[in-house]
Amino acid sequence: MALKLHGLPMSTCTTRAMVCLHEKAVDFELVPVNLFGGEHKQPSFLAKNPFGQIPVLEDGDVTLFESRAITAYVAEKFKETGTDLIRHNNLKEAALVKVWIEVESQTFNPAISPIIVEFFVAPKQGKTPDQAIIDANLERLGKVLDVYESKLSSTKYLAGDFFSLADLNHFPYTHYFMQSPWASVVNDRPHVKAWWEDISSRPAFKKVAEGMTFG
Amino acid sequence: MAIKVLGSPVSTCTARVLLCLCEKGLEYELLPIDLASGAHKRQPFLSLNPFGQIPALEDGEVSLFESRAINRYLARKHKDIGTDLLQSNSLVESALAETWMEVEAHQFDRPITAILRQIIVNPMYGIAPDEKAIETEMEKLGKVLDVYEERLSKCKYLAGDNYSLADLHHIPSLVYFMKTTKANAITSRPHVSAWWNDISTKPVTVKISANMKV
Repeated sequence: MALKLHGLPMSTCTTRAMVCLHEKAVDFELVPVNLFGGEHKQPSFLAKNPFGQIPVLEDGDVTLFESRAITAYVAEKFKETGTDLIRHNNLKEAALVKVWIEVESQTFNPAISPIIVEFFVAPKQGKTPDQAIIDANLERLGKVLDVYESKLSSTKYLAGDFFSLADLNHFPYTHYFMQSPWASVVNDRPHVKAWWEDISSRPAFKKVAEGMTFG
Repeated sequence: MAIKVLGSPVSTCTARVLLCLCEKGLEYELLPIDLASGAHKRQPFLSLNPFGQIPALEDGEVSLFESRAINRYLARKHKDIGTDLLQSNSLVESALAETWMEVEAHQFDRPITAILRQIIVNPMYGIAPDEKAIETEMEKLGKVLDVYEERLSKCKYLAGDNYSLADLHHIPSLVYFMKTTKANAITSRPHVSAWWNDISTKPVTVKISANMKV
């Protein structure tokens, strides 16, 4: 039975899970969730994710939420096939992947997410983007990417010379960011730019990117 | 060769790692970092964590940072000794542990850290707590704890029947939170309160939290 992913094709967190599923060549069905109609706050959805957020993954009788837990599960369950996203045969490499997964989660995401929310999401809700929030977080993001620039000048990808879940988890927010007026924050850093061009040209990324429009 | 942890016993993130090391019964050496002089923002520390934050861990030739990544590494490497913190023998149970570890990192940590910053950290720098900000964050935390209350009415620990990193990761922030006037957010929720009583009285928790004083 194919896995079911409840979410939307333009949602950052849903697409994080989708890219992972495509990288592992795992069949899944994307079940749209009517966010506009408040479906995610209804009891039937809350039974799957009590925090009322997308995505949710159903795999037989296993129901998971939190996109990074979902990608970790998919990468682990299907570790013997497709791209080796977690370096499971090498404890040291696996540990470095975990470190940079946390960096994305704890340091990169809090800086980039408010920019995406203000620039892309707020207007859809009839609000004016708060430039002060954008400016403060652009500065934060710049400092984070200075560290990335240094790291990526010594290794091809974040955890080492191998593509991993640590790189993959960056995909959705960076994809939208590169369509914002501030893409230079990435493009002005040659190693970060090269890294982004490399990972965003992966077939799995390109496939998921097709659905990432707010149209 | 013993594991080295660079950090501070009063730091929540350092304590998160120390709890894991102790639950696994692992020998380690805690090397203090002089935060006041900014040692963590300079070399040689930056070569261990380019983001200039504690803790960092050295285990032979492996050098790691980010407390939650360190704990996942320790729990996996030493899965056969001490407390089984990641349910390594069951893909489904470890996936549930991963889910609730993400919940701690994304839903719980943000509001509780903001509250502790206002109530405990800011006064240390002569900044008065912002009551409005505290109220806003307490409301967010309350909604998260409502979900925990429901979850913990169905199972003993967050990931299921067994204590895991998903529970452990909450301990350091809660040790400080329970010393504030806001502790009733926990004690007023019977299942959350029972869960906290359980995990806070574990011998390892008692040992590590004894050094968590500001």
